[in-house]
Amino acid sequence: MTYAVEVNNVSMHFNMNKDKIDNLKEYCIKLLKRQLFFEDFTALQNISFTINRGDVFGIIGLNGSGKSTLLKIISGILKPSAGSVTVAGTVAPLIELGAGFDADLTARENIFLNGSVLGFSRDFMRQKFEEIVEFSELEEFIDVPIKNFSSGMVARIGFSVATIVKPDILICDEILSVGDYKFQEKCEKRIQELMSDQTTVILVSHSIEQIERMCNRILWLERGCIKAIGGREIIPLYQPDFEGRDS
Amino acid sequence: MKRGLAILNIYFEVFRKYHFLLQDLVARDFKLKYRRSILGFLWSILNPLLMMLVITAVFSNMFKSDIQYFPVYYLCGYLIFNFVVEATNGALTSIVQSGYLIKKVYIPKYIFPLEKTTFALVNVVFSFAAVLLVILITKMPIQPTILLIPIPVFYAFVFSTGLGLILASCNTFFRDTGHLYSVWTTAWMYLTPLFYPLESIPESIQKFIFYNPLYYFVTLLRELVIEGRMPDPAMHLTCICFSLLFLLVGLFIFKRSQDRFILYI
Repeated sequence: MTYAVEVNNVSMHFNMNKDKIDNLKEYCIKLLKRQLFFEDFTALQNISFTINRGDVFGIIGLNGSGKSTLLKIISGILKPSAGSVTVAGTVAPLIELGAGFDADLTARENIFLNGSVLGFSRDFMRQKFEEIVEFSELEEFIDVPIKNFSSGMVARIGFSVATIVKPDILICDEILSVGDYKFQEKCEKRIQELMSDQTTVILVSHSIEQIERMCNRILWLERGCIKAIGGREIIPLYQPDFEGRDS
Repeated sequence: MKRGLAILNIYFEVFRKYHFLLQDLVARDFKLKYRRSILGFLWSILNPLLMMLVITAVFSNMFKSDIQYFPVYYLCGYLIFNFVVEATNGALTSIVQSGYLIKKVYIPKYIFPLEKTTFALVNVVFSFAAVLLVILITKMPIQPTILLIPIPVFYAFVFSTGLGLILASCNTFFRDTGHLYSVWTTAWMYLTPLFYPLESIPESIQKFIFYNPLYYFVTLLRELVIEGRMPDPAMHLTCICFSLLFLLVGLFIFKRSQDRFILYI
């Protein structure tokens, strides 16, 4: 059995102090004061796990536990400080919808731009254009610059473009909360469709109910370390902890 | 050797996948540059023409005896110089400006500086209509070698891409780069014989000009357009060496630093 995603001993460090310096003067001052190499922040520490093909893999954890960093590493946006990630197949990252939209361009132009940002060919986009517009239900605004759109309308277009292909691995970061309830239902249906044939899904959500309903394997991150990994049985372990913090 | 070829092949495949993005970004820049202007892309031709009029009015009396066809002489230099400056200035900020994309999706990062130099290239191609226009108006004899214009432009393009990659990397880590570079471009303009002949300056300073790659690109273009003679191979070799040197250094620096860009944008 080959794995869809193999995460091998991954660590991610940020140098908190250094990150804020972006000019030479500050760099020299800090260098003289010997403040440059301090304040190492570990976002992820020695994370290893594998995801099987066809899994719906949920990642849970409190804010700042490293979920988004992990997703960014898996989708190739961030390079880990140590360790390696092997991904088999194409990845569609739905990390932020409408990445690369230009406010001054029209919806039509943005659909094509977003398509090429995701690496789709021009011909492919021409074929799928009608389908994208139809799914987003924004036919009448197609030649209006995006800056006049509401954020919900922008998210609709972003979702429609990103899910037009059947990827091998789909990465979702809290995106099921876009648009009105009707569109949310539509999004969830589209994702269920994508999941139906052997697509691996990695899902980050704060909605425990959603995780429980959709995922067959769950990873619980706490402060950059794996707290637990397993099936739905770890949800009761997470939930009281979560509630305990809230009250 | 075989492994090297395999790696090259992967790079080529990735580029093929993302060349639509390159096209789309260039098209976007083009649309945004001329949005809400009545004359639109005609400005690519008008701008150098008007610049040429100003400079000719100011300087042509000074060097009248030395330079034949001053308007064309100046325009050739100006177009190449302006192309390199526009391309490198665009590339310089390209990574920082595309931060919103780099943070969200995986895209090979060299696409961004390359897009800016390609955009400048598209503009300069239009601008060459201005050269043709001025040649016709000043009744300068048209040389058949004018067809070889793409050669010096290509050298300048490769050079700008290399320099652009270096600047884009530096500017991501130190935003001072942009400020420094704008001062340098002014100095560079005076160090390139744009509106004066090389012979008119003291020999002690001429030595520096021989280290200026732009001098060779500009001279090559002028030899083709004005004098109508084939530049000698040594000239081509100098141009190729400068271009390749900058491209290789640029690629090396960019590749070494690109994984850390995301932490600084």
